[in-house]
Amino acid sequence: MARMVPGASNLRTCVFLALRELSFARGRFSLMGVVIALIAVLMVLLSGLSAGLVNDGVSGLKALPSSTSFAFDAGTKQDNAFSRSVVDEAQLAAWRDQPEVAEASPMGVSIVNAVTDAGDQVDLTLFGVEPGSFLAPEGSALDDPGGIVVSGTAANLDLGTVVTLDRIDTELEVVGFTDGQATFGHVDIAYLPLATWQLIAAGEAPGGSPTTEQVAAVDVDEFSVIGLKGVPGSALAAGDAEALAAGDAVAETTTMSLEESFNASPGYQAETLTLSMIQWFLYAIGALVVGAFFTVWTIQRSHELAVLRAMGASARYLLRDGLTQAAILLIVFTAVGVGVGVGLGALMPEGMPFALEAPAIAVASALTIVLGVLGAAVAVLRITRIEPISALGGAR
Amino acid sequence: MTTTSTPKTTHDDDAVGTGLQLRDITLDVGDGAAKVRAMDSVNLEVAAGELLAVVGPSGAGKSSLLAVAGALAAPTSGDVRVLGEDLAALRKRGHGALATFRCQHLGFVFQSGNLIPALTAADQLRLAYRLAHRRGARSFDPLPLLDAVGMSHRASHRPGELSGGERQRVGIARALVNDPGLLLVDEPTAALDRKRSHEIVELLAARCHERGIAAVMVTHDHDVLTHCDRVVEMVDGHLSAASR
Repeated sequence: MARMVPGASNLRTCVFLALRELSFARGRFSLMGVVIALIAVLMVLLSGLSAGLVNDGVSGLKALPSSTSFAFDAGTKQDNAFSRSVVDEAQLAAWRDQPEVAEASPMGVSIVNAVTDAGDQVDLTLFGVEPGSFLAPEGSALDDPGGIVVSGTAANLDLGTVVTLDRIDTELEVVGFTDGQATFGHVDIAYLPLATWQLIAAGEAPGGSPTTEQVAAVDVDEFSVIGLKGVPGSALAAGDAEALAAGDAVAETTTMSLEESFNASPGYQAETLTLSMIQWFLYAIGALVVGAFFTVWTIQRSHELAVLRAMGASARYLLRDGLTQAAILLIVFTAVGVGVGVGLGALMPEGMPFALEAPAIAVASALTIVLGVLGAAVAVLRITRIEPISALGGAR
Repeated sequence: MTTTSTPKTTHDDDAVGTGLQLRDITLDVGDGAAKVRAMDSVNLEVAAGELLAVVGPSGAGKSSLLAVAGALAAPTSGDVRVLGEDLAALRKRGHGALATFRCQHLGFVFQSGNLIPALTAADQLRLAYRLAHRRGARSFDPLPLLDAVGMSHRASHRPGELSGGERQRVGIARALVNDPGLLLVDEPTAALDRKRSHEIVELLAARCHERGIAAVMVTHDHDVLTHCDRVVEMVDGHLSAASR
């Protein structure tokens, strides 16, 4: 009879023992599995909350083409820069002269409180944009000086709803909705013509609905920021720092790429940092818990492992056996946890900032599994220190 | 690499199909002040098909003898040949070579069976087969061997559901799976009553005789020596022939 030699251990043999041990110690493994699943549930919910908050904070900006940058007045403090910055026509003109700029468009940003005609109090972020510019919402016209286009997800606002701004009593009518959510700093966006925004910002707005004559008469050449659209393929479109700095020098502005400008929206940085820190803690806890479990598990079966070593199983075979168990456990129960998490996510109440995004969940699941296997690997490495000779002399 | 089931028999003087040869073995255990000479100038030969019993007080070096013969420990000096193969030469080729040699040519029977708790009796045998063979694991049938130790009716029971004697029978069957040339048996009757002890050692002797396996059995149990072909005594690391 011919025999195949060395290290006669293949993956199937490995699974042979791993699966039987998983099913034999199913009580212990399920307990561990439930912990892994709960971690996965928490991870899905955090990821959803994180994405939800991001959307809530900057969905109005996220909808813009990725080649967009924003020029703020030089020296504006980054936090809340959108509503704090003030730039003028001269700076806009300077940017328009830059060679790589396809379109430079003014935008006014302010947050207001208002009351609807039904008596509901609403908060709105006013985005004053030039009708037809790339910053204006697609689809809905902004011709009427008293008309606003609001976020598609805004509550208490219907077509034709008239909102009255607090204190100045200016009346604005909802004439359209954006596609999907458009919020900024957790407040629904109301797009309106830049001239109307300037009228309101200058404090010259009359009570009632602004008229075309009033808007035409407004004599303000200031607004909050300049939206820049780079020529496709240019360094500026790619958000290249040098290209932006060149324009900044001329226009006396500070320009941020679209991604960077998220940080200039209220609370964005603090929220995302906090949430991602919680997520990293969760990964670390997961890896440590799995590592601790497999440490105890390996110690418990060290006599059995010594017997297997004496019988001729290589340390590599036993390592693979342990890691296979860890991988099966992690994959199965992470999948269970993600399933439960997604189910729970569907039950989230309306209005809660929660958005499940498949890529984010896939990355988070992979991290949970990989870090868990790493934790287990550190634990099962002690297998290599088990001496087969300790199999002799009774079940100590 | 492919080898045959019977390793090459080397040069040796005695024409007996040798299972195990120990020449001038010394084994020191521990370091410095704690150093103990566990085996001192031990010479031993066990022929194929012979069941040798090693008796002696606790701590006399009986387990060390098994460890050295079973390629689990390297002697401090001396020469170990198992089935004609020089273990020192094998050891030089790395631990993988030793492990492979162990699972293909050696059988271990441990105290109280030392079975894997998660596996049924049949799976204990299947695992032993898989450790030694890359292929053909599916076609391996553990039932004839379980039958040879009178355990085929318990094939699907786990160790927790077996009595001490039954566990030891499965342990013997597991040790025989890969047709070993040398069987190393460590206190097989330690946890058994008299009747079971006799049955187990009788079974061991019968299987060794019938399959031509050299066997070394360490035991405290003088009752069962009647079934052994030869008895040696180990005292303070020295080996001597013992009277029954």
